[in-house]
Amino acid sequence: MAPAALSQVLRHLPKARDPNLLVGPENSDDAAVYKLGDDLALIQTVDFFTPVMDDPYLFGQVAAANALSDIYAMGGTPLLALNIVCFPNCLPPEVLHRILRGGADKVAEAGAIIAGGHTVQDDVPKYGLAVTGLAHPERILSNAGARPGDMLVLTKPLGTGIINTAIKGDLAPAESVRAALESMLELNRKAAEVMIRWSAGSCTDITGFGLLGHAAEMALASKVTMEIHSSSVPLLPGIKELAAMGMIPAGAYANRDYFSGQVKIPGGTGPEMTAILFDPQTSGGLLISVPASGAGRMMDEMEREGVAAVMVGKVKELSSVPIEVL
Amino acid sequence: MPEAKIEDCRGLPCPQPVINTKKALDSMAKGTVTVLVDNDTARENIMMFAGNAGYTAEVEKIEKGYSIKITKGGAAPMETPNDPVAAEGRASTAYLITSNLLGQGSPDLGQVLMKSLMVTLSEADPPPGSLMFLNSGVLLTCQGSPVLEQLKKLSTGATEIISCGTCLEYYKLKDKLAAGRVGNMLDIHRLLSESAKVITVA
Repeated sequence: MAPAALSQVLRHLPKARDPNLLVGPENSDDAAVYKLGDDLALIQTVDFFTPVMDDPYLFGQVAAANALSDIYAMGGTPLLALNIVCFPNCLPPEVLHRILRGGADKVAEAGAIIAGGHTVQDDVPKYGLAVTGLAHPERILSNAGARPGDMLVLTKPLGTGIINTAIKGDLAPAESVRAALESMLELNRKAAEVMIRWSAGSCTDITGFGLLGHAAEMALASKVTMEIHSSSVPLLPGIKELAAMGMIPAGAYANRDYFSGQVKIPGGTGPEMTAILFDPQTSGGLLISVPASGAGRMMDEMEREGVAAVMVGKVKELSSVPIEVL
Repeated sequence: MPEAKIEDCRGLPCPQPVINTKKALDSMAKGTVTVLVDNDTARENIMMFAGNAGYTAEVEKIEKGYSIKITKGGAAPMETPNDPVAAEGRASTAYLITSNLLGQGSPDLGQVLMKSLMVTLSEADPPPGSLMFLNSGVLLTCQGSPVLEQLKKLSTGATEIISCGTCLEYYKLKDKLAAGRVGNMLDIHRLLSESAKVITVA
């Protein structure tokens, strides 16, 4: 849903109160975290969506990578997953089989298991998973742990929303499609393992609200200001050209309008770049806030692990707005 | 003969309005296409497309949507940008910087002179259209460079700053790029051939 409509709805719901609920809905976090004991916390998340590609096997994999990502973004390890399926009776069951096979393979790659699921008949297919993970309660990476002086690292290039829009218009170059698919299929597992070793303070995964939207949520929860260097932000190939052609999904504009009061963008930034920075991502990368002392070595290790991490900004004391784009 | 077409894109899902607009414009040598849309996303995307493709476009609010009149052609050759920023960019000066030091001789002096050049460029009006950094020039765009402040100021304005990706890799600086973006030879060639004037700094 668009962030404006969603926050309106959630505002009127009663707030859960429990001393063991370490991360609830208040800071727009990736997943809920519940403390089971002094050294064990449960992480729960759910994510599902309509197909972003024609191939059902690839769609299943991307949906699973996307759902698992919320566990990684909290600093956890996925344990169990349950399938959530909406499927029309006009499509052959073989399609559903391939979607589920894709999901199962990705969950296996993450070292977790699928323990069941639920199906509903619906006109448009939808697939995703509810995932349960584990972490040490003191090593949870919520949105609230970014500190002034930290560096901000992004682990995947932006642009899957724009490329998916261009695919619908039959205008996406093959290279862009291939790169977007590769990026969406990649688990955030290695990036998460590396960031934990280098004492990252905060993390979120970049999904529907785009880089600046998720960064704003993190900055607000951490009560800091984040500087994002737009020229350093990694982009999938062909993104600027596709944005310039108007291949921008409605979600990017909705994000821009909703977060406009929280983000300061310099006058010289074109509307294309602004839209790219707010482009909703499917199975996007992690945005990691890491102390500057370890940032360089964390980047080295990311590179050794094959994670294309890029430094995109830094964390400062809270000033007038949560996000300043440079 | 200028043509006039109307494209009713109301009710069409994104990005179909842009695609239909593009097709209508591609099919005529010159003329106007009036596009009717019923949502802001379609309006913004069509304006973005029209501006970047060099067409003039005017939006008018109509009942439940917008009417966008796009004009192609005229006295100027086709594909000429009407966007003043883009037009200025193409007519402006490109700097090809192939060394981190300015001039032959003492390296210390070379560094001082390079800094002085960058300070001057960052204060120039109009600013340079682009700065391209090759070979040891990429040391200037990376962390630890003495001119980062000036380059960042330029890159937040209208100046395109590109560092050669091969060069960054060679100097093992790919993670350290702190101003502008990575470009390839195609990028650099595009700027060399499009800019009104190219100045080489070695």
